Amino acid sequence: MLRLPKFEVAAPQTVDEALALLAEYGADAMLMAGGTDLVPNMKHGLFEPKLVVSVSAIDELQGVAIEDDGTLVIGAATTLQAVATNDEVRRRAPAFAQAAGLVAGPQLRRMGTVGGNVMLDTRCQWYNQTHFWRKSLGFCLKKDGSLCHVVEGGSKCVAAASNDTAPTLMSLGAKLVFARRNSEGQVVRKTLAVDDLYKSDGAFNKKVAGDELLIAVRIPAGAPQHRGAYGKLRDRGSIDFPLLGVAVRIDLDDAGAVADADLVAVALQARPIRLKKAAEALVGNTPGKPGWDEAVDAAAEAAYGQCHPMPNIPGDHDYRREMVPVYVRRTIRAAVAGEGPVHHV
Amino acid sequence: MRVLNLTVNGDATEVAAPAHWTLLEVLRYRMGLTGSKQGCDKGDCGACTVLIDGEPQLSCLTVAALAEGHEITTIEGLLPAHLRAGGEGPDPVQEAFDRCGALQCGFCQPGMILSARALLSENPAPTRDEIKAALSGNLCRCTGYTQIYQAVELALAEATGAEPASPSWAPGENPWAKTPEGNARPAVGAAGLTEGTGVAPSGGDSRTNGKAH
Repeated sequence: MLRLPKFEVAAPQTVDEALALLAEYGADAMLMAGGTDLVPNMKHGLFEPKLVVSVSAIDELQGVAIEDDGTLVIGAATTLQAVATNDEVRRRAPAFAQAAGLVAGPQLRRMGTVGGNVMLDTRCQWYNQTHFWRKSLGFCLKKDGSLCHVVEGGSKCVAAASNDTAPTLMSLGAKLVFARRNSEGQVVRKTLAVDDLYKSDGAFNKKVAGDELLIAVRIPAGAPQHRGAYGKLRDRGSIDFPLLGVAVRIDLDDAGAVADADLVAVALQARPIRLKKAAEALVGNTPGKPGWDEAVDAAAEAAYGQCHPMPNIPGDHDYRREMVPVYVRRTIRAAVAGEGPVHHV
Repeated sequence: MRVLNLTVNGDATEVAAPAHWTLLEVLRYRMGLTGSKQGCDKGDCGACTVLIDGEPQLSCLTVAALAEGHEITTIEGLLPAHLRAGGEGPDPVQEAFDRCGALQCGFCQPGMILSARALLSENPAPTRDEIKAALSGNLCRCTGYTQIYQAVELALAEATGAEPASPSWAPGENPWAKTPEGNARPAVGAAGLTEGTGVAPSGGDSRTNGKAH
């Protein structure tokens, strides 16, 4: 039995009301969407807010819309299940829809939200544990302690970004809309590229403050010949966080050659990492034509050279590294074939 | 402490609980609805699955106060709902789990049945793979899952009037086939309604009403 620490809960109906609560309570308030990560984390004593501000009742944060220029606008509190099964999202941003459909398990996808996944706390096998468990090891850098159990003598937290949708959104050039109250009490909004959200600090891997509310995710229209897929390695076929995630975007030109490509991996270090050399290895080559298999192998080799999993999350890190080229190869092939996700079950 | 207005199994109810209590805690320790099981209590195992507005969700991760305004269905609510809808006896999914013996210890069964119920309400003709995917958030440590999948397929076949396929372990006969005398295979809980339908109490569900064991 795991009890929650004491807190009060508020369910504002509008963005303004939510921001007013954040301004009033400051660091004592925490935003909650589906609660699928925050609730277990609170049960583990990792967060002890005085006020939990639920965003589930805010209509503005719900739903999927398509703007005239083809931009997909997804409300931050839209469930992962809703985007994974939305035909427009699946057609326009297949990698993102596939990633959303592989987050956790069926019940959790009906609770968890797109915004919650974007804003997910980093994970580490020395951190996502009960207070009793963590205390017995003298705690760790990320919470309550000064030691790192992953990197001996380490002074910077290396907990891993573990959000499946993040690398897909980076590969799609998505933007995030945040709202906050300024010092005059006015609501101001800002747009931030998802690339610029994350930083390499496992303690807190985002460049936003606690009083900023994620409103929506904006995915620009893809190229006419857009291809995308997501590959996810995990122990079981359901429930688990990724041990490795690979997002692939490929834009083909009129002749069927790769005009542009992007590969981003997650569950390695504190932020999702762009596999630039892997993507470059594909550009100019044509799927199915001579040289394509070699290009895919070169991309896999480049990814292998860049990715160095650490013993921060469960799963043998040497095994996770050997799986990097495997998942890069398979996910590229799935994207080109209009298939995916790449998943072992 | 606050008074929550919850709609559980079709009944509007007022229940007092601290703001930080989960829906699972309110169901089990305020309302005595112990069919929803407290397993891992952190969102892995699915034993606490309830239907919220018809969708399977985890009551151990749901703050009870945020469930106000939503329809909550627990395993205890399936039979009454089936009767209200004009049916007889337990929900067909419960009946199929019972007849297939889709349980050993029974701890995962309430969550398993509710996930299956939600699947069949949403998808009238799921494949074996779709059944597996829909139940993949409910862990079972004893059955090996086969009889659970067969139970869903039995409920599915009977809902559409089709003859259920014989389970793989019964070559040459079909224990699910209807006979003039009724079902060939008696239900696990045939002697009493609760045993095979997910509503029988587990070890940790006994209430002592303040008395020592």
